[in-house]
Amino acid sequence: MEFKDYYQIIGVKRDATQDEIKRAYRKLARKYHPDVSKEPDAEARFKEIGEAYEVLKDPEKRTAYDQLGANWKTGQEFRPPPDWNQGFEFHGGGSTGAGAEQFSDFFESLFGRGGFDRTYTHGARREMHARGEDTHAKIMIDLEDAYNGTTRTITLKHTELGPDGRPQLKERTLNVRIPRGIRQGQNIRLTKQGGTGVGQGDAGDLYLEIAFQPHPFYKVEGKDVYLTLPVAPWEAALGTTIQLPTPSGTVDMKIPANSPGDRKLRLKGRGIPAREPGDLYVVLKIVLPKADTDAAKAAYTQFEKALKFNPRAHLEI
Amino acid sequence: MSKELQKLLSGDILEEDVELTLAELCDTCQLPAETVFSLVEFGVIEPHGRNPGSWRFRGVSVRRIRCAQRLERDLGVNTAGAALAIDLLEQIEQLRMRLHRFES
Repeated sequence: MEFKDYYQIIGVKRDATQDEIKRAYRKLARKYHPDVSKEPDAEARFKEIGEAYEVLKDPEKRTAYDQLGANWKTGQEFRPPPDWNQGFEFHGGGSTGAGAEQFSDFFESLFGRGGFDRTYTHGARREMHARGEDTHAKIMIDLEDAYNGTTRTITLKHTELGPDGRPQLKERTLNVRIPRGIRQGQNIRLTKQGGTGVGQGDAGDLYLEIAFQPHPFYKVEGKDVYLTLPVAPWEAALGTTIQLPTPSGTVDMKIPANSPGDRKLRLKGRGIPAREPGDLYVVLKIVLPKADTDAAKAAYTQFEKALKFNPRAHLEI
Repeated sequence: MSKELQKLLSGDILEEDVELTLAELCDTCQLPAETVFSLVEFGVIEPHGRNPGSWRFRGVSVRRIRCAQRLERDLGVNTAGAALAIDLLEQIEQLRMRLHRFES
């Protein structure tokens, strides 16, 4: 197993005071809390910080950890010394419930397991009959799937306590209908598909949080969808009808004459088909042809002469 | 395993389809009613309806309660602080989506 440098994880020196450790931990906990942080590895970092704090906040465990010496580096292959744990007496088992899920093998090899019936997702209450835990997973879908609905086969990994009382990693595969009209960040609730109940308790629920794959040209904001539509200067000036793609199929859209370059046109109800459907916004973007031939240059010069146009009139110069 | 694969599971969209009474919310979140009263008082969740008997909670309440519980447990904030943090996190999320729209 790999050594973990708890001082480095919390970001304090080995001779830090308990107060310094507490302050450093709290700052990191705020930064990497999975509800707060958008960092992709926030949950893993948060657990790691929790584990490090579990050891360093407790003078007994900290002293024991310090006995390993200061020469170890994170990631180094580690085996507890043969005389480890002799002469130390720990109170209250491994975890005092800092909210960490399972600590690392490294932690367990030093401080054992025990008292681990709290998990990150829940402070579940374990009576004789208790409802199972609610579980969470994220799934990525395409924007088009939100328009049409789809099905997804997902494989979930979860830990279960095995007959020997040790957690085991289990896999299960589910076939799930993704309803039409779902939006980014929403959750599909599958009742009784979460953790198994204890005794006669019901199983918990499974929540699947939806995220959209980035789309090459549509942007999504809530249930509204945005499309940037490049147009030639004369199309915006003279008006035209343009065929454009939407997630629900091609449509013809009229561009009014004298459209400004950033004009936003709304196609009502063509956003995500939620119960109250969103809108599709088409944002015009005037694209200039290059003046890279004599003919093109002549055309631009003619433009200039004919239009007497000052784009900076509002700057009063 | 393969038998399980055949079955197509359908769920509700928590934020769209689900509406809960006080009793259902307590059951879903495994909380006593007193805790729910306190969460309502501090604005973590907002029911429709005038009195607890006719209260209806939108599905998103479940998510907000879970988040408040984690913030209280992990960061030591109180209920008012959790309510503030959740409101701010939702605003950040909206701004993030808007920002994403303007970035190409």
